[in-house]
Amino acid sequence: MNEYVNIFVRSIFIENMIFAYFLGMCSYLAVSKTVKTATGLGFAVIFVLTITVPLNYLLDNYLLKAGALSWISPKYASIDLSFLSFIMFIAVIASMVQLVEMIVEKFSPALYGALGIFLPLIAVNCAILGGSLFMQQKDFSSIGESAVYGLGSGIGWLLAIVAIAAIREKITYSNVPKPLRGLGITFIITGLMAIGFMSFMGIKI
Amino acid sequence: MSTKEKEPIFSKKNRKLLSNPLDDDNPITVQVLGICSALAITVQLKPAIVMSISVIVVMAASNVIISLLRNLIPNRIRIIVQLIVVASMVILVDQVLKAYAYDVSKELSIFVGLIITNCIVMGRLEAFALGNGVWKSFLDGIGNAFGYGVILIMVAFFRELLGSGKLLGYQVVPDAFYEMGYENNGLMLLSPMALITIGIIIWVQRARNRKLIEK
Amino acid sequence: MLNRDSNSYTYIFAAIMVFVVAASLAFTATSLKERQDENIKKEKMQNILTTIGIDVDREQAALLYSKYIVEELALNSDGTIDSNVNAFEIKLSREVKKPVDTQKFPLYIAKVDNQTFYIIPLHGAGLWNAIWGYISLYENKNDIKGVMFDHTGETAGLGAEITTDWFQKSFENEKIFNTDNKLVGINVSKTNNDPNGDNKNDNKVDAIAGATITGDGVTDMIKERLSHYLPYFNKINL
Repeated sequence: MNEYVNIFVRSIFIENMIFAYFLGMCSYLAVSKTVKTATGLGFAVIFVLTITVPLNYLLDNYLLKAGALSWISPKYASIDLSFLSFIMFIAVIASMVQLVEMIVEKFSPALYGALGIFLPLIAVNCAILGGSLFMQQKDFSSIGESAVYGLGSGIGWLLAIVAIAAIREKITYSNVPKPLRGLGITFIITGLMAIGFMSFMGIKI
Repeated sequence: MSTKEKEPIFSKKNRKLLSNPLDDDNPITVQVLGICSALAITVQLKPAIVMSISVIVVMAASNVIISLLRNLIPNRIRIIVQLIVVASMVILVDQVLKAYAYDVSKELSIFVGLIITNCIVMGRLEAFALGNGVWKSFLDGIGNAFGYGVILIMVAFFRELLGSGKLLGYQVVPDAFYEMGYENNGLMLLSPMALITIGIIIWVQRARNRKLIEK
Repeated sequence: MLNRDSNSYTYIFAAIMVFVVAASLAFTATSLKERQDENIKKEKMQNILTTIGIDVDREQAALLYSKYIVEELALNSDGTIDSNVNAFEIKLSREVKKPVDTQKFPLYIAKVDNQTFYIIPLHGAGLWNAIWGYISLYENKNDIKGVMFDHTGETAGLGAEITTDWFQKSFENEKIFNTDNKLVGINVSKTNNDPNGDNKNDNKVDAIAGATITGDGVTDMIKERLSHYLPYFNKINL
């Protein structure tokens, strides 16, 4: 249990996708103009991450890894398909995103309209593939751990995008130097927020 | 068609494809694409350079392939086709690095894989390669990857220089400076400074190139 | 003219593409696999050799490894030797997750100019991710001959400094037992006040500024791993 809490807290605060690894920056910058759409996209990311990370965990451990096929028959134990992991991960992610897109379209047309082009872009959101690749690198010992990691990373991403969207809503009223407006100031604010998040470093549970 | 064939290989228009992404149409600072996958490796210059080269290879190759196939790809599954082409290119790069440049591949770790989701690659495939000839797409791929690499290398240059007083691992800040009380700025090594450095680069660029300013 | 939007065309296109992609990837992967595995193996040999002071080009690692490493042992937690397990093939990252009494502990014994060294692989957690390395002991199993550390994702310039020479050099000739003959390992300490590492009996080395957690990780890793080899060392000392 302790291990789960540890992974959860670490993935939200310490190893935050945006602030520590800059993953998912494209949609982070493009969809953070209003809090409402940012929240919508954030939840979509949580949803996709929580599903794809454990799914890819299963794929990795029972299909791709060296010796992963030995559950079928011991003679396959020497097969190593890990070179296929990128392509398999991205395929799983792309189909999951398609699914989320259909669900959102059905249950929340307003949100679908607002997210527009960015929903398909989740497929190429680095945070999603990054989640799966980090999962592979961290070598989690159970599917539960990987699910908690996916959930935590998603929540961390949501936190980051909602926070920056709120700040950007306010900053429209500030007198920012002209060349810095828009993209420039957003980068710098994100940097400052990341420094804030660094104070979580070293938390041990 | 005949006029196209007469167009010199490096016509003005084609040169533009190469040079535009370096400034006016830079993928990172103007198009806001592809920031994600690579900033984390800008602490030192060397991985940043290798990363840029990998992106150039992947982009040029996948732009060419998609452009070759552009009249064959069924419209409905084009995104998946693009993803698969990019992913295969990335796997090739990754495998070659692991076999022939083992140390570098260790340093880049998972960030090679993240080229797949680098928005510039997909963005350019969708916006350019699907509708243009092979040679043009090739130039566009190189140009954009360069524009991306330039920013990456610039950020890495400042972070390594100010953060550890080195470039490419060699010390460049003379010892005399340290004796006079100069200290490396450890803050530059931490990830937030990559974002702030980019913010400043954008600031400088837009101050020089006023037409890029956002309203 | 083919209808690009028809179902059958889409299926055929997808099928051909899957085939081409799979074939070309499988071909490159299998043709490069040997070289990649070789790289990993050689790097491991190279790392083991560094700890006993033999700096070697990766290409020559295999040759010198077979010359100097005389024994590869896989130990059980009670100090007995499990001769069914190939110690070199043990993946420590997997092993450390098992309960201690089912783990296997690899131990490499080297002989250089009639001196015996015991080399113990290490594995622990840094700030971000796993850290690992090797530590080699003199024949008295107390003095350190050399260490080698590596990491997956520590902060470059801070935590990643554990891979640098100056940090690893500071471990040389330090002792892993305190004066009461208790195993204490090596403490990566911020309050060492011994920047040149002159005091070799304090079980402490100087920490890296700004890398407290990674340093603590190194401390814990050394103590935890070494403690499992005590039963074996006690046995051969009798």
